Amino acid sequence: MVIKTHDLSFRFGSQQVVNSLSLQVPEGSIFGFLGPNGAGKTTTIKLLLNLLQIQDGSIEIFGQELQSNRLFILRQVGSLIEQPAIYTHLTGKENLINRARLLQMPLSRVTDMLNLVHLENAAHKKAGNYSLGMKQRLGIALAMLADPKLLVLDEPTNGLDPNGIIEIRELLIKLCKEQGKTVFISSHLLGEMERMATHVGIINNGKMLFQGSVQELENISQPMVHIETDNSVDAANHLKANGYNVIHATETVLSVPYTNRETMAAMNGRLQQQGHKVYSIYKVQKDLEQLFLNITQKA
Amino acid sequence: MKGFILSLQSEFYKSRKTLGFWSAIILPLLITLLVTIGFYAGSDKFIKNPPMVLWLQYSGTILGVMGSLLLPMFIVFVAYSANNIEHRSDTWKTLFTLPISKWAIYTAKFLFVCILVFLSMLLFAMCTIGFGNLLGIIKPELKFSGYSMAPQLFGIYVKLFLASTSIIAIQFLLSLLWKDFLKPMGVGFVGTIAAVILFSVHWQYNYLFPYAQPLVAMTSIKDKKVPGEKTSTLNTNIDLLTKEVLISLGIAAVIFIIGYFIVRRKSVK
Repeated sequence: MVIKTHDLSFRFGSQQVVNSLSLQVPEGSIFGFLGPNGAGKTTTIKLLLNLLQIQDGSIEIFGQELQSNRLFILRQVGSLIEQPAIYTHLTGKENLINRARLLQMPLSRVTDMLNLVHLENAAHKKAGNYSLGMKQRLGIALAMLADPKLLVLDEPTNGLDPNGIIEIRELLIKLCKEQGKTVFISSHLLGEMERMATHVGIINNGKMLFQGSVQELENISQPMVHIETDNSVDAANHLKANGYNVIHATETVLSVPYTNRETMAAMNGRLQQQGHKVYSIYKVQKDLEQLFLNITQKA
Repeated sequence: MKGFILSLQSEFYKSRKTLGFWSAIILPLLITLLVTIGFYAGSDKFIKNPPMVLWLQYSGTILGVMGSLLLPMFIVFVAYSANNIEHRSDTWKTLFTLPISKWAIYTAKFLFVCILVFLSMLLFAMCTIGFGNLLGIIKPELKFSGYSMAPQLFGIYVKLFLASTSIIAIQFLLSLLWKDFLKPMGVGFVGTIAAVILFSVHWQYNYLFPYAQPLVAMTSIKDKKVPGEKTSTLNTNIDLLTKEVLISLGIAAVIFIIGYFIVRRKSVK
């Protein structure tokens, strides 16, 4: 595990922001840290970077306890927290040069990073005049400057246009696949995470509601059988009368929880016998977006 | 140590385009230039003065402007400027996630402010000497060339710097903790006014009050008045480590260390 927290808790005054959080982020994963706004994501990230002092619980990064190995750990971590922190009176390139010197990185890395995030043409422009998307990209370049093993990114695609989002996504996937980096990335958009994350943690009100691989998340979502008929209301009533649990019916489609293939065939047969025209009958996995909403709203 | 040097270099790199940095250079140039113009315009009044008295009047005018009101306010400004770079860009969080110890980052920033103030003091001494001699060349009837005040001037400005370290430490810490300029500025302003009042009523313990320490330190340039003489004479041997300077350094050390513990425990929100 690259990141491992045990019963991590944090309060701002009387408000419990993080509550007994036990994170497990495997090496080489893209860990999507999901939750609605105000769920405690940024606070958790600040705890992971030692910007906030741990009140309860413990944090291990690269197998080392954070507090006592702070510099060793930070040497291998690149981060972007909330809005990118950029010196607005310096140019994009100067921001990178300043950081490269502090990290004792060769200045050639600065050009590499500018190219990587496509800011080469805006390198000599004051960062204060950058658009939000450009600032975000510069923030990502700053985070990756030292070629860290672990990238901690807090909502890195905020303010990016669709192209920018796709670029960042592909870049992160590439970093993980080709260079074995671990990415811990927070977001409130599951749809975005679905496309890149290998693992997911869902947090709400400071509590972890789900943690596991994307596969595991899909598995906990109950599949449904959608049946398309000529008269779905009648069909639904008929199925209900025969003991099937119809959850949802619209004019064209009705939904029944999936149990097995035989039941699907039996439902089909019954409807046919009653003279219903069955246009299609198929199994669907519950939408993760829906699942995410269910998980966070139940809590 | 490496982290400290890198941080200090970074402070210069970041600040070189800010007014805080340039004010340390512009302020001495501007003030000495203005006083020089004043002396040039009103040279008739000074023609009769012997070289030493002339130097004393000339440098005393600059010191008077600088030492009483401007120096503390200049420190308020420079100390805030060094911290405001991080406040404004919200970069404390990136500074404290660098693999550099908090001690190195904090000390480098503090030392950067000290260096700027010290640089400014040196420039004051150099500009005073430079413009004074220039005035002597342009207006030979002003007998600037008959005396050299360089050792005393460097001495007094170094002493002014040492005496103001307590103000630097206080203003630095306040500016680090408060994002809002009005707060450290308010404290600095009230402190300075209080210092001027305490100094003018000759309060016997004014050397204990940080904002009054530069004022007290400045008096050592003049020898005690000899009864019967109109003007005071120059003290040729400036004692740097007088009690107000030592107390100022002591207060600075204590506040600097307290500041470090605050920074170490401070959460970056």
